[in-house]
Amino acid sequence: MVNIVDIINVGLFAAALRMATPLVYASLGGLFSERVGIVNIALEGMMLIGAFSGVLATFGTGNPWIGVLASILVGGLLGLLHALLTVKFAGNQIVSGTGINLFALGFTGYMSQIIWGSRGASPSVQGLGTISIPLLRDIPIVGEIIGNQTPLVYIALVIVVLSYIFLFKTPAGLRIRAVGEHPAAADTAGINVYRTKCLYVMVSGMLAGLGGAFLSLGHLDLFVFGMTGGRGFIALAALILGGWTPFGALGASLLFGFADALQMRLQSVGALPSQIVLIIPYVLTVLVLAGFVRKRIPPSDYKPYVKD
Amino acid sequence: MTETKISQKLGQLLGKTWPKLVTSLRAALPSIIAILAAFLVGAIVLLVTGHSPIDAYGAVLTGAFGDVYGIGQTFTQATPVIFTALAFLFAFKAGLFNIGAEGQLLIGGFTAAVVGISFTGLPVFIHLPLALLAGAAGGAVWGFIPAVLKAKLGAHEVITTMMLSYVALYLTSYMVNYPLKAPGWVPQTVFVAPSAELPRILPPTQLSASFILAILLTGITAYVLERTTIGYEVRAIGLNPAAAENGGINIKRGVILALVISGAIAGLGGAGEVLGVHRRFIDSFSPGYGWDGLAVALIGGLNPWGSILAATLFGALRRGGMVMNRATGVPLDLIVLLQALVVLFVAAPRLIRYFQKKGGFKWLT
Repeated sequence: MVNIVDIINVGLFAAALRMATPLVYASLGGLFSERVGIVNIALEGMMLIGAFSGVLATFGTGNPWIGVLASILVGGLLGLLHALLTVKFAGNQIVSGTGINLFALGFTGYMSQIIWGSRGASPSVQGLGTISIPLLRDIPIVGEIIGNQTPLVYIALVIVVLSYIFLFKTPAGLRIRAVGEHPAAADTAGINVYRTKCLYVMVSGMLAGLGGAFLSLGHLDLFVFGMTGGRGFIALAALILGGWTPFGALGASLLFGFADALQMRLQSVGALPSQIVLIIPYVLTVLVLAGFVRKRIPPSDYKPYVKD
Repeated sequence: MTETKISQKLGQLLGKTWPKLVTSLRAALPSIIAILAAFLVGAIVLLVTGHSPIDAYGAVLTGAFGDVYGIGQTFTQATPVIFTALAFLFAFKAGLFNIGAEGQLLIGGFTAAVVGISFTGLPVFIHLPLALLAGAAGGAVWGFIPAVLKAKLGAHEVITTMMLSYVALYLTSYMVNYPLKAPGWVPQTVFVAPSAELPRILPPTQLSASFILAILLTGITAYVLERTTIGYEVRAIGLNPAAAENGGINIKRGVILALVISGAIAGLGGAGEVLGVHRRFIDSFSPGYGWDGLAVALIGGLNPWGSILAATLFGALRRGGMVMNRATGVPLDLIVLLQALVVLFVAAPRLIRYFQKKGGFKWLT
C-alpha cells in the first residue's frame, strides 16, 4: 500500500509550481497573440526552439542568462515569422502555426546532431540554479513551496501581474484589445492594426521562448529532443480555461502543473497509470469549450484584417 | 522583359492548344514554387552545416525511387498520409479545420485492431471488411464529438479536434499498456487474426492493400465532392454558410456530416496501418501522419488527386531520408525541416504570387 504522505506533501506543491511555470509563460504568450486576433498554435514550436537556443547560447558562452536572452530573441524571431505569414501575407494562422511547429522540431533535431553529434540530448550546461528569497523562505509551508525556486519561476509570477496591468489598466492595453476585438474600429481610431498585430505576436513568441528556456535552463540544464512534449498545446488549453486573462491563465497553468507533478509521482510509485492523469487537461479543455464547465468566449474572431 | 514576353507567348500558345494543361499548371504552380523554395533553403542549410546538397538530395531520390523496394516503401509511407489528407480536405471543403486527423487515425487503428483480435475463425471476406468498417466507425465517432460540439454548442473545431487527438493518444496508450497489452516489454496488442490482415501487395516491402484503398477512396472523395448532393451541400456551406442556409441547406447537419465523414476517412487510414503494415496496434504508432495530412492536403492544392502527388512527395522524403541518413550521415531531421519549409511557403500565398510575377509567369496567375 502506498503511503499518501509519500505522494501529497510540500514537495509535490513545489514541483507543481515548477511544472506550471513553462505553461504560464507559454499561455501568456498565447494570450498576447490571441488578444490581437491571431491564433498561435505554434507555441509548442516556439518553446522548443527557445529551449534549444537557450542551451546553445549557454554552451557557447557559459552564461545561462545569455542563454535566456537567446531564448527570448529566437522565440521572438519565430513570432515575427508567424506574424509576417499571417498578417502581412494574410496566410492561414493554423497552417502557419503547423509549419512553425514542424520547423522547430526539424531544426532543433538537425542542429543538435550537427553541433553535439547527438539527436537525443545536448551535453549538460550551466543552469540557472535556484535562488532563495529571504523572508519568503521563512514562512512555514509556503516558504518550502515558493521560497527556493529557479529565478524564472519568480519572473513568471511578476510577468503575470505586469501583463494584467498592461492589458487592462493602460491605454496601450486598451489598444491591443481593440485591435483583437474590433480591428476596423481600432483602425478608424488611428491605431496601426498591422503593426500592433505583428508586435504582439512577436511578444507571444518571446514569452513562449522564455517558457522553453525554463524547461532547458531552469529545469534540466540540457536540451532534450522534443522536450516540450505537447506543453505548448496544454498552454493553449490553459489560456482557454483561464478565459483569455493573465490570472486565469496562471490559475489554469497551476492546475495543469499540479496534474503533471502528481502524474510523475503516481507513476514513480506505480499507483496509477500516467495516461489517466495526462489526459485531464485535454478533456477539461474540450468540456470548457463545450460550455459544460463555464462558457468562455474568445476575445476575437481571428479573421485576417484587410484594410479597405 | 523579353523573357516575360516569351513566357506570355508560350502561355497563349499552350492556352489555345491544351487549355486543360494550363489550368492544372495554374493550380499546381504555387505548390511547385513552394517545394522548390523549400529545397533551396534546405540546400543552404546543408551547405552551411558542411554537407553536399547534391549528395544528400541524390541519396533521397535514389532511396525513394531507385529500385522497386524503395518505391514500395515510399508508397507505404505515403498511404496513411493520403487518408489523413483526404480527411482534412473533406472537412475543409465545408469550411472546417479538422486538425485532429491524428487522433481519428489512432482511434480507427485501435478499433480495427480490437475487431481483428476479437474474432477467430471468421472467413476473410467477412472479418477483413468488418475490421476496416470498425476502423472507419471509430474515426467517425472521434469526428462526431467535435462535430456535435461545434454544431450544437458552438465550440471551435480547431481546438476541440486538436485536444481530442491527445485524448485519443493517451486513451489508446492506456489500453495497450494495461488491459490489452501483449506479453513482453513493448506496449502493443497481440497480432490480429490472419483473416483480418490486409494483404501485402509488393513483398518484401510493407506496401499493403491499404494503398489500393487509398487510391479508391481518393476517387470516391473526388466524386462525392463534385457530383453528389452531399458534396454540393458541403461545398456550399464552405463557400458561404449564409447563402447555403438561405438555399435550404441544413448547416448543422452538414457540419456534422462533414466532420463524421472526415473522421471516418482518417479512421480507415489507421485501420489500414494496423491491418496492413503492423498487424497489431503499437502504442503511438503514428509519427504525426495527421499533421502531415494537413500539409499534404494544402500542398496538393486541396484537390483529392493532388493529395496523392503531395503524399508521394512526403512518403519519398520519409523513405529517401532514411537512405540519405545511412549513406551520407546527414541527420534525418532534414526531412522534417524540408516538410516544414514547404508548409511555411504554402502558408503564404501572397509571397508565392509575388515570386510568380517576378519570375515572368504572369500568364499563369
